[in-house]
Amino acid sequence: MIELKHISKKFGDRNILSDVSSVFGKGQVNLVIGGSGSGKTVLMKCMVGLLEVDEGEILYDNRNFSSLDFKERTPFRKEIGMVFQGGALFDSLDVEKNVMFPLSMFTDMSYEEKMERVNFCLHRVNLVNVNKLQPSELSGGMKKRVAIARAIAPNPKYLFCDEPNSGLDPRTSIVIDNLIKEITLEYDITTVINTHDMNSVLEIGDKITYLHQGKKWWEGTAEEILRTDNKELNGFIFASKLAQSIKKVV
Amino acid sequence: MRWLFHFGQYWLFMKRMMTRPEKFSIYWKQFLRECDNFGYGSLGIVALVSIFTGAVITIQTIYNLTNPLIPMYSVGIVARDSIILEFSPTIICLVLAGKIGSNITSEIGTMRVTEQIDALEIMGINSAAYLVLPKITAAMFIFPFVILLSAFLGITGGYLAGTLTGKISSADFIYGLQNNFIPYNVVFALIKSFVFAYIITTVASYHGFHTQGGALEVGKSSTYAVVYSSILILIGDYVLTQLLLV
Repeated sequence: MIELKHISKKFGDRNILSDVSSVFGKGQVNLVIGGSGSGKTVLMKCMVGLLEVDEGEILYDNRNFSSLDFKERTPFRKEIGMVFQGGALFDSLDVEKNVMFPLSMFTDMSYEEKMERVNFCLHRVNLVNVNKLQPSELSGGMKKRVAIARAIAPNPKYLFCDEPNSGLDPRTSIVIDNLIKEITLEYDITTVINTHDMNSVLEIGDKITYLHQGKKWWEGTAEEILRTDNKELNGFIFASKLAQSIKKVV
Repeated sequence: MRWLFHFGQYWLFMKRMMTRPEKFSIYWKQFLRECDNFGYGSLGIVALVSIFTGAVITIQTIYNLTNPLIPMYSVGIVARDSIILEFSPTIICLVLAGKIGSNITSEIGTMRVTEQIDALEIMGINSAAYLVLPKITAAMFIFPFVILLSAFLGITGGYLAGTLTGKISSADFIYGLQNNFIPYNVVFALIKSFVFAYIITTVASYHGFHTQGGALEVGKSSTYAVVYSSILILIGDYVLTQLLLV
């Protein structure tokens, strides 16, 4: 469980996040949605410690994360996996070494044990015979899957995904969504996803948090989001004609 | 006052980098990889520049020796001291600032803009230490060898150019090389290469690590890295000469 308590963040005089509080439950896919510039990415960067919060607290299973320095956070970081928007695979390493990297850095596993874990993780994200390929040889969807494999390799308790569907075709997006959902349930981890993708919201979102102008504007489930009368949220979700027609049906 | 900001940020970056490695074996592999990259990877350009510049120094020295009272073997002395004291440690390091410095900045800068450095940080790895420390140690270890090789090739180039064109006899050139040889000059050249290796790798890494934006900014950072490290090499050259030779 991850708990955010009154998080605020400023860049200069500009308020990026104002008094954001929420609880992201274990074994749940928690989605953070919002328009561009709403503060989603900054919130996620604060949660993983890439940015420091100005006010408020971030608690990982009741352990205060935000008050710790870089060294003190190291044990927490080993419990965190993150999938970046572009995959962020290491260019100089092939797929196998990318997935093996966190294991090589932080465990004393033998090479055979690490290989077994790498192959298990790659198999889990439905990738076979790609071990020796370089990241530049992979498609967008494959890169995301390798990034997921790398994130889950050290058995994280918390999984963060920053727009995992961006740049993917609808079918591949569904594959990635389902994969994240399955992994969340299978390993009982706390998953937080930043997304714009409304299909993800409706298909895999256990809890949805809507950010607007740096504030938590709405929170609820996928069923509730279809029936909400929140003006800004409706304007965001049902922006397209297709979504508007769905709204009418609902 | 912007330079003051960068000056402070540079030293904070250095402080952040000087930490105990998370896993020594990984850093050792990185160190060996960088030694290969900086040493073996630079041999071609270093050999080419050294041989031809050594040849040019010799030919130009002969061309300018018009006074019959000056013995011909002094060509060997001038070539030897020019190459050992200045050409190999300074000019070759300026060449390497262009080759290796831009390579380091673009590599680290691309990692920054594609969030690979963020990925390292989230894993709990000190990205500055992991990416930069092996590069600095490798450069400081391998540059003195590269500079020694450059000096040898430069003198060989001068010898070949002088003797094959018939402008100086082999005996005169070799006598000049041996005449009044001061071993400390070689030590001085090695000290310079050691310091310049530190300047090239840290300035290039600093610019790469603090790149923000996209491909355009990576290119700009590479240019800044080469320009600033070249300026610092020239200033460092003067300071070291003043401190250690005069």
